[in-house]
Amino acid sequence: MLDLLQLTVDGLLDGAAYALVGFGLALTFGTLRRLNLAYGASAMLAAYIGSWLFQRHGTPWWTVLPVVVVSAVVIGFYVERLCFAGLGEKQRAGASRASGFDAGRDGYQVVALASSFAIWMQLEQLATLLLPRHLNPFPSLAAGGEWELGPVAFGPDRLALALLAVGFAFALHRWLHGTRGGLAWRATSDHATAAHLSGIPVVRVQVVAFAAASAMAGMAAFALLSIDGQVTPMFGMWVLIKGLAAAMIGGLAAPTGVLAGGLLLGVVEAHAQGLGGALARDFATYALVFAVLLWRPQGLLGRPAQLA
Amino acid sequence: MLEINDVATAYGKIEALKGVSLQAKEGQVTCLLGPNGAGKTTLMMTLSGILKPKRGSIKFEGEELVGRSPAEIVARGLALVPENRLVFPAMTVRDNLLAGAYRRKDRAAIRDDIEKMFERFPRLKEREAQLAGTLSGGEQQMLAVARALMSRPRLLLMDEPSLGLAPLVIAEIFRIISQLHAEGVSIFLVEQNAHMAMKVAQHFYLMEQGRIGFSGSPDQLASDDVIQRAYLGSRKAA
Repeated sequence: MLDLLQLTVDGLLDGAAYALVGFGLALTFGTLRRLNLAYGASAMLAAYIGSWLFQRHGTPWWTVLPVVVVSAVVIGFYVERLCFAGLGEKQRAGASRASGFDAGRDGYQVVALASSFAIWMQLEQLATLLLPRHLNPFPSLAAGGEWELGPVAFGPDRLALALLAVGFAFALHRWLHGTRGGLAWRATSDHATAAHLSGIPVVRVQVVAFAAASAMAGMAAFALLSIDGQVTPMFGMWVLIKGLAAAMIGGLAAPTGVLAGGLLLGVVEAHAQGLGGALARDFATYALVFAVLLWRPQGLLGRPAQLA
Repeated sequence: MLEINDVATAYGKIEALKGVSLQAKEGQVTCLLGPNGAGKTTLMMTLSGILKPKRGSIKFEGEELVGRSPAEIVARGLALVPENRLVFPAMTVRDNLLAGAYRRKDRAAIRDDIEKMFERFPRLKEREAQLAGTLSGGEQQMLAVARALMSRPRLLLMDEPSLGLAPLVIAEIFRIISQLHAEGVSIFLVEQNAHMAMKVAQHFYLMEQGRIGFSGSPDQLASDDVIQRAYLGSRKAA
């Protein structure tokens, strides 16, 4: 019984981390309707640049943090230019060909996906050329001990991370539903052509969303790695898989959905691991994604796609 | 007010507009008639900047619109009520209206305008917090008109507002068009329903296969044999 409680707490803390990396992915998917496969690799390369500075020059964490975030944004712009640039323009021209159209379905979908896969490989190679070793030290902000609350124990650093994820989700939610910029983002995400016609600068919204998502990926990467105190070449893949799983389970359209998806994924994984070890954990991840896609393809908190 | 000169727009190699020239005058309802595939929607999409013309000029109050982005065109006072409504389906009715007012920053006036829209379209008031995708076709059309009006356009473009709606709803739409006209809004209307359009418009153009084939007053339109047969179902038809 107590074990189950401990597993649930561990799962929630892990899940918050998944949500933290999922926000950026959901933010870009919302406006572009395209999956950015280079998302994890971008965060990884940014983290590697931070790690390189830390190893080579002993740069303190408060310098590494902005470097990682800025690097993530710069790499994000590189990915955007190569894979997604001008999508808004192309959607616009392609969209109005037929009058009852869906702006999401055109030939550029495949091109953007394939090119972001190529950039993923390129960025990962670049990172491993920069730091060829498997384990690379990262400035550590890990807390020494654990806190005990009755029968459960947890690291205060992990709790801080979880609170950060919750804070992000609610701040994003407030921004989306309470500001002019949030309105523009939702309109662009809902119907790009209608957004154009309402006077919303769709292309600018898409570029700004991409930059913001990249910055968030950089912050998430720093927060996660500073607890581990190290970064490995597996990090990029981990970010993409866990972030995508959290976003798909919860619903790509809303930050609160990503948070719920991440937490659920974390708890399910923790209990699967408790029952059947590491292999069961991986199995549970994909089984959960599969089940959600089967029964609620729009995600747990997502709204079903509606036809105008 | 709006001067379109020799505009040609193509999808790849297929020219949908083959040099269209027409004018819309201030304070008037100008109507463009034409069968399916004539290029009416292509013209509307070109006017609002969604499509880029191959050649030609579009002048609005003397200013060239070709080359401007859709957002800049809305900012200059041209708003389109698109074919098939294109409301934001996953946003509430109120948020749809707010999105229509995106270019404006006068928050108090925006709130007043929303109230005015609710007076004009009481059904929208009842559905204020409902998602636009759940509205009926007629309600979505009202919402699309209201959203376009939220940008306070000087010229309202309407692309087949009667498409796919029940006769009673169509009558309601045309009642709103004459009401807007009476309030001094200039309107450029694309229609296939010539009977209804005759009641509201002061000038007609007829478009066929990407070209303007007729230009004249409602009386001239009514006395033109070809148009009689094609669009009004003439008594004189053989």
